[in-house]
Amino acid sequence: MDAESLLLSLELASGSGQGLSPDRRASLLTSLLLVKRDYRYSRVLFWGRILGLVTDYYIAQGLIEDQLAPRKTLYSLNCMEWSLLPPATEEMVEQTSVVKGRFMGDPSHEYEHVDLQKVNDGDKVFEEEIVVRIKEETRLVSIIDQIDKAVAVIPRGALFKTPFGPVHVNRTFEGLSMSEAKKLSSYFHFREPVELKNKTLLEKADLDPSLDFMDSLENDIPKGSWSIQMERGNALVVLRSLLWPGLTFYHTPGTKNCGYIYVGTGEKNIDLPFML
Amino acid sequence: MEDSTAQKQEKENQESGEEERPWGEITAASSQDFKSGLSEPLESEQGPETEPYSRSSPPGSPQSRDSAPLGDLTGPGASSPPSPPEEPSSTPPLALSGQGLEAPRQAHPNHSVIPEAETPHSDHLKQSSDIGELTHLTCQSTGNAFPQFQQTNGHLYEPRDVSCSNSKQKELRFDIFQEEDSNSNYDLDEAEPETAPSVLETAIQNAKAYLLKTSSQSGLNLYDHLSNMLTKILDERPENAVDIIENISQDVKMAHFSKKLDTLQNENEMLPTYEIAEKQKALFLQGHLEGADQELEDEIAGNSLPNVMESAFYFEQAGVGLGTDETYRVFLALKQLTDTHPIQRCRFWGKILGLEMNYIVAEAELRDGEDEEEAEEEDVTEERDNEDSEGEEDDELPRSFYKAPQAIPKEESRTGANKYVYFVCNEPGRPWVKLPSVTPAQIVIARQIKKFFTGRLGTPIISYPPFPGDESNYLRAQIARISAGTHVSPLGFYQFSEEEGEEEEEVEGGRDSFEENPDFEGIQVVDLVESLSNWVHHVQHILPQGRCNWFNPIQKSEEEEEDDDEEKEEKEFDYIEQEVGPPLLTPISEDLEIQSIPPWTTRLCSNLIPQYAIAVLRSNLWPGAYAFCNGKKFENLYIGWGHKYSPESYTPPVPPPVCQEYPSGPELTEMDDPSVEEEQAFRAAQEAAVPPAEENEDTDEDEEDYD
Repeated sequence: MDAESLLLSLELASGSGQGLSPDRRASLLTSLLLVKRDYRYSRVLFWGRILGLVTDYYIAQGLIEDQLAPRKTLYSLNCMEWSLLPPATEEMVEQTSVVKGRFMGDPSHEYEHVDLQKVNDGDKVFEEEIVVRIKEETRLVSIIDQIDKAVAVIPRGALFKTPFGPVHVNRTFEGLSMSEAKKLSSYFHFREPVELKNKTLLEKADLDPSLDFMDSLENDIPKGSWSIQMERGNALVVLRSLLWPGLTFYHTPGTKNCGYIYVGTGEKNIDLPFML
Repeated sequence: MEDSTAQKQEKENQESGEEERPWGEITAASSQDFKSGLSEPLESEQGPETEPYSRSSPPGSPQSRDSAPLGDLTGPGASSPPSPPEEPSSTPPLALSGQGLEAPRQAHPNHSVIPEAETPHSDHLKQSSDIGELTHLTCQSTGNAFPQFQQTNGHLYEPRDVSCSNSKQKELRFDIFQEEDSNSNYDLDEAEPETAPSVLETAIQNAKAYLLKTSSQSGLNLYDHLSNMLTKILDERPENAVDIIENISQDVKMAHFSKKLDTLQNENEMLPTYEIAEKQKALFLQGHLEGADQELEDEIAGNSLPNVMESAFYFEQAGVGLGTDETYRVFLALKQLTDTHPIQRCRFWGKILGLEMNYIVAEAELRDGEDEEEAEEEDVTEERDNEDSEGEEDDELPRSFYKAPQAIPKEESRTGANKYVYFVCNEPGRPWVKLPSVTPAQIVIARQIKKFFTGRLGTPIISYPPFPGDESNYLRAQIARISAGTHVSPLGFYQFSEEEGEEEEEVEGGRDSFEENPDFEGIQVVDLVESLSNWVHHVQHILPQGRCNWFNPIQKSEEEEEDDDEEKEEKEFDYIEQEVGPPLLTPISEDLEIQSIPPWTTRLCSNLIPQYAIAVLRSNLWPGAYAFCNGKKFENLYIGWGHKYSPESYTPPVPPPVCQEYPSGPELTEMDDPSVEEEQAFRAAQEAAVPPAEENEDTDEDEEDYD
């Protein structure tokens, strides 16, 4: 959600039960403004909150003009002092995939993971235990990256691609119509397209290159990994990810108001196939 | 005048003949451009075509006709800035040479008369001055139509050069007067395209180039946008276009991003919006419907409605809860519930998210003697179940030896897991639906499955192990589990009621009723945050059996099913250890950890102003369950998917081992075929034993093989 319209956005996303306390809200409004100035971002998003056992991480993201360019991620424990996180690498994601359980809320906490490694010593093969230490900060980076890639959502038309490549906010976007808002195909993954290249020419025929340049949620696997609901008597459409429980996307049809927020434990719901 | 007309004809002939000359091409080209450049109404364009007729026409008519185009030519010429200096400067010198009183345009033919008589070259001069006119005209035409600008521009310079050479030729023969004339003409020609039009041209070019500049953000340009806008305005011709020009501009831009859909529009798409608004309107009006003051007083006295907004305020401090707006609607819906149902006490339990719709859950305690109907209904359903099972038994099909374990009866309403009654609705304003009471079997199975709620109570639960009931039962089971796990209160808020004898309760496995402690003095918020032992469970723990109070299945079986097999009784005589859970009002510090994850997280809602902060408790076992306490008041709330947290991934239980179909014995087991050696050995043995009985050998062999 845009840091500038934080209050309205929180009110719209409150249906999932996760909001911010008044003091957090107030401090976010203040500090994110400063973040925008200091880091020279064109847009600052309040990304959400990862619930730790001791404290929570508050996450914000800074965007430059090109909306699909790699985002800078910042975290804070008190909503006032923000620290920049390094960009996620594939190595990081792989390394942290072994960590299970909840976040602690301490970036310097180290998870210990015992890795069994086969060691050839002459003829014999030993299994040696190697303790891998993984910092929680690394895990935080990788989880945010995974969530962003999997479930960040933007309605169709809110962004458009210029002929030169960069993606900009569509100033003339006036919201989805009511009939479009009920379809998953009207929502896109807010990331560089992955699936789009695999589409056949026939499927691509109807796409508008300036608008349909991202993957739609329609083809997400497994099917039904989104709960789409009309709340407040059709005045608000809310998408909840079932794969990453805690991610709420909201949009008021007919207006520009849209955004997503993640408030959760930072764990993927791997039980999803059993639960549908 | 006759001369002038005759000479004019001659000139025209020459003009037509000039096309064959080297520079004639250029003039022809420029005149073509001139034709194409000018719009049709200009009569001068028709000049060359109509001229042949003018030869036979009276002398006066060509002049009048000539003057007519002039009017047309000067007309636009006067409007454009560069023309005024040109008109007087070009024509007066020429006019001086001939009849000065004539109109400037007429001066051309007359002026050409003088040199014409002497030399044909004067035609060039005239031509050049005509070209001057042309350039001037083309300048005007550029004002009308930009696209031709460059085209004509290219031609402009060439005729000028031609006229220069012409005037040089003239210098050789003409007198000074004419030389001056030619010079002035030359200067004029020189000045005309270079100064005035070039400024205009470049200005126009620059302006257009600026307008055509594509935006670096959108790739559009203002020129196209303006022309699209004008097209749209002219197509649609709206009233007071100037007032809505901003919107037109926006519409034009938005048109880039909207697909051209067919004209079929769904008219009904707004209907549900109005429908729910209509329903919620009833919520807001319900206060007015009850007019009687008497009733109002009674209500206030026997208030069963909780102050939802107050607890919502505290939860907001904790950063949880629905929005203020939604909470208030829930509040009104709860009021509606208490008005329409005989409810002693109720509270807002929470919200369970579903795939299609969500559930708003209200926890209620019915007034005494109001839950009889429900009990009757349940009896009916139980009877039905019995009938069904009997019907199956009547069949001739082979009967299963499987004996279902003794069904554990469900707890009476107002006790154990069925202590409260739960009402759910999908959205404030929609009707409240009472959930059926929960059975131990449902709780046991609900622990083994993990399914999303859909939001429709009648949905069957398709799972393994099969869940006895539909979504309403599953929802009720989960509510019971969540309540048992997460409903906590500060230590000392509740106390055991003293009236009941302790001995009786011990038999039941723990006291199950409590009352509010009137002497509760409150606990310091800091203490609540620092020590979990200041929080206690005030909802009974649900045993693995699915009940809160342990039920001994053995006693039951002896009483009711006396004709059971001895074998089974022997089995059941094995002592079944009584399941014991933590008693009521146990501190939550004794809750079990989930694989080294503490089950609760406590914190102060604000570190900035700690003196007025409240204590917030978050369950890690049931994500979404919260409790707050400000020292005196406390409340529990659950908003979530209704699933228990587990660090391990869910694995459905393994199906039980397959039952034996029949007792297996040596007759039924397969044996290896004898090898050839064995057969031969056997045969040899038989031959040795019974030499005479050779005939039966084969059959014996076969029989033994089958054994």
